[in-house]
Formats: sequence, C-alpha cells, structure tokens
Amino acid sequence: MTTVRALMRVISPGHVFVAPAMCVLSVFFLMPVLGALVMSFTDFDIYALADLKNLRFIWLGNYINLLQTPLFWKAFGNTCYFALVGAPLSILVSLVMAMALNVPGVGLKALYRTALFAPYVATLVAAAVIWRYMLDAQYGWLNQFLIVIGLHPIDWLGNPRFSMPAIILFSVWKNFGYNMLILLAALQRIPDDLYEAARVDGAGAWARFIHVTLPGLTPVLWMVALLTIAGYFQLFAEPYVMTQGGPAQSTVSLLYFMYEDGFKWWNLGHASATAFILFAVLMGLSFLRPKSEEVFV
Amino acid sequence: MKMQQLWISAFLIAASLVAAFPLLWMLSMSFMPEAEANAFPARLFPHDPTLANYAELFAHQRMGRFLFNSLLVASLATILSLAFNVTAGYAFAKLHFRGREKLFRFLLAVVVIPGQLTMLPLFFQLKTLGLLNSYAGVVVPFMTSLFGIFLVRQYALGLPDEMLQAARVDGASEWQIFRKIVLPNLSPIIVTLGVFTFLAAWNDFLWPLIVLSDDHNYTLPLAIASLSQEHIQDSGMVMACATVTIAPVILLFLALQRHYVRGLLAGSVKG
Repeated sequence: MTTVRALMRVISPGHVFVAPAMCVLSVFFLMPVLGALVMSFTDFDIYALADLKNLRFIWLGNYINLLQTPLFWKAFGNTCYFALVGAPLSILVSLVMAMALNVPGVGLKALYRTALFAPYVATLVAAAVIWRYMLDAQYGWLNQFLIVIGLHPIDWLGNPRFSMPAIILFSVWKNFGYNMLILLAALQRIPDDLYEAARVDGAGAWARFIHVTLPGLTPVLWMVALLTIAGYFQLFAEPYVMTQGGPAQSTVSLLYFMYEDGFKWWNLGHASATAFILFAVLMGLSFLRPKSEEVFV
Repeated sequence: MKMQQLWISAFLIAASLVAAFPLLWMLSMSFMPEAEANAFPARLFPHDPTLANYAELFAHQRMGRFLFNSLLVASLATILSLAFNVTAGYAFAKLHFRGREKLFRFLLAVVVIPGQLTMLPLFFQLKTLGLLNSYAGVVVPFMTSLFGIFLVRQYALGLPDEMLQAARVDGASEWQIFRKIVLPNLSPIIVTLGVFTFLAAWNDFLWPLIVLSDDHNYTLPLAIASLSQEHIQDSGMVMACATVTIAPVILLFLALQRHYVRGLLAGSVKG
C-alpha cells in the first residue's frame, strides 16, 4: 500500500495528458480573469498600455464612476430590456415549434427541423446585415408585410422606440432553433403512457399540456431559461452591425458600452469594471437555479 | 386527427419558409444585377441572374483573402482545440492521477465565467507577446474550451476499462493506448467537437474585431461588417458577401448535422 502511495506521488501519465490544456487555460483564461479584477481597480488607459509605469491603483474608483455614468445605466437598462423580453419570447417560439415537430404522423419533419435551425447556424454578423435590408424603412420586407395587412410602415432601426424591438425580433429569429432542438429532445423523453392516461381521464389538449407536458419540461425549461437569459445579456454584434448603438443610444448594450469604452477610448480599467458588473449579473442569475429536487416535486 | 396533422404540416411549412426566407433572399439577391437589387419594390428573384457581384467581390474587394483568413483561423482553432481538449477530456475520464477530482471540480466552478471578462487583459497580454493583429491572436481563446473537455470526458466515460487494461497488460504505453485504441473510439465525439469549434471560430466577431486592426487579416465577419458600412447601397454585392460568409457553415452543418446536434444536446444536459 505504501509503495503504491509513493508511486502515486510521482507524476503519472494522467498529469501529462491534462498538462497542455491546463497550461493554456491558466495562461489565456485564468490569468486574464484575475487580470481583469486587478485592472478594474486601476486607471489602466492608453498611457498604461504604452508603459505600465503609468498605471495607478484607484481601487473602487472605476465602479463609483460607472454608477454615476448615465450611459452605463442606459446600457444596463437596454440590456435588461433585451434579455427579459427577448429571451422569454424566443423560448416561447422554440416551445411552439418543438411541440409542432413532436406531433406524431406529420411528414417531412427532418426537412422542417433543418430549415428552422438554419438561422442559428448562420454567421451572426452576416445575418444581421441581411436583416438591415429586411428592416429597411422603405424597401424592407417587414414593412411591405405591414402595408399588406393594413398597418403603417415603421422606421424600425431609425426610431428609438422600435430599434430594440427590431433587434429582439432579429434575435428571436436567429436563436430559437437552438432551444427548439433541446425542448424537442425533452418532449420526446416524456412517456406516451402519461398522455394516454390523461386522455383516458378525459383531459383535453390544453389540460394535457398543463398537466403532462409542462411538468415534464420544467427542469429543462428552467435550464433553458437561465442559459438563454445569460446569453442574451451578452448582446453585442447585433447593435454593432444594425444600429451602432443608436438611435439616441437606444441599443447600446453593456458589452457594446464595454467595447467602446475599452477599445475605442482605451479606458481599459474602466471597461474592466463594466465587465465585472456584467459577470456579477450572470453569477446572480446562476444562483436563481432551483435545486433539482424542488423542480421535480 | 387527420385534420390536425394537416394543420400542423401547414404551420410547419409556413414557419420553415419564414425562418429560411432571409437566407434564401440573400442567395437570390446575390445574383441580381445592381439595378434589380436596388429596385423598388424589392424583388424576390433575379430576372437576369448574374455572377457580377461575386466577380466584383473577388476581383476588387479582396474576398479571396478574407475567405482564406477565415478558413485558416477556423481550421487552426479546430486542430488546436482538438489536440488540447481531447487529451484532457480523456484523462479526466479514464486516467487516475493525483488531484484529478479537485481539478475537475475547479473546472466545473470556473465554467460560469464568461469569456468576455478575459478580453481586456488578454488584449494587453497579446500586445506584450506581440500577437496582436495576427492569426495566432485570433485563435488563442479557442485553444481550450471547458465545454470541449466536458464533452469529451462525458463520452470517454463510456469506453470500457477492460479494453484499456488489456492493452496495458500487453505492455502498451499510455500514449500508444491513446493513439491506437482511444482515438478511434472517440472519433464520433471528435467530429462533434471539431464542427462546434470550426463554426464558433468561423462565426466569431467580437474577439477578432478587438485583435485584428489591419484589414488585410480580417476574417469574413469583419469583412462583411466593414463592407456593409461602406457599400450599403450596393446591396447585391453585400448579399454576395453574406452568402460567401454563411454558405460554408450551412453546408458544413448539413453534412455533419447528426454530429452537431449530439454536441448541442450533450451541452444542454450538462448545463
């Protein structure tokens, strides 16, 4: 036993197999995470970028300054708007599509599934460029459609009231396919017997949905909701390509604010504080996750 | 019952058309001559299809260069990601070493940290290393992925221990076992991780935008973002550029759909 222990103490092949990945992870992930924390307590700017001697610690200075910056709050509000409206909407579309794809006896499902999933695979930036044309105030198909059904055309990307709804619309189209596949897999795991039993008890379609489908999906729905909201908090490319944060800063997101602050104005310390606040929000979200026992009750 | 299925089919057809419409319109418009692409009201199909937009892109807008950059960056990211994550994932599943459980629990804990948090310091780090504005700089964040390690580990847990033990008894070294026995058995999950990494690297925007300052090194997403700012009125050409950007990933997905969906579902269960 002691000889085994002594042998275990020397480096084993397992160490050699994980070492490369752990080294890369330490240098290019863990070190920058700590770096971000340190940076957020400094006035790291273009002068510090040129020579670290110009760096000064200002401790909570960046955070205090951020909380007094109107554009930060604007970005925070915009991001919450996008995440709290966009994520539920996209999950709802995913759920409807997953349920339609789960109806037995409907043909060509593989084809529909692929078509519905295609937007998710498409390059985000290129898709956002296409949607700039789709949403164009004059030429855009969306407004043509509104005119056909008798509504007034909307200046989607030029009106601060409609710019965020337009980006939400785009994001729902772009992302619903992902959750659709996850929910479809979850639906297929709900045993047919449960539906059959409910039918025997005289439950209609709506009652079966409430009493069989939803409880069966609850754990997955929680997870999907948290991951989707967390993902939506990282909004960046859509406003960058479609609106440049405008009009009237109505689509400036936290990450967009961080990008401009850090890489346009070179306030890297200040921007790190924004990154940490975004991180704190995401951490807070992950605590909302219920214990799995609670979910199954 | 029959009626219900008919309605559902009609609904799915309509939804599929709506979902695919922007991509199909992109493709159609990329073949329109300039006058047709800018016609009002907008047209669905080209009357007089042409390859002029593509010719212009490749001849005068350096599209070949951008395509090359994207292919190179995504391929490098895929190869490196596989090299690092498959070895680590396998070791976490099947090799016993001191500190394995602790290390793995640590990785599970740090997975919640979003990559964006690392961008500002990583930028400074790469500047110090002289890797700004280089392909290597773009690839760095893709080299290891906690998702990749977890994905491979989960799959490798299913390999029978007896198989590995038998090879050890026969005197094979751990490296030989990995190359001759483990790798072939992991090939499905290797394809899955490969497609995921390739698509993620191909589609990524924010990090290359930060690292690449010289447009000579631009990947396709950066190229189309800047092309669409400068040439917004040349809609046919912009759509051709979007097609060159999107078509490869859609085709890759269609070819390896099964593998991709496996990874998507595995990632969600891990959650």
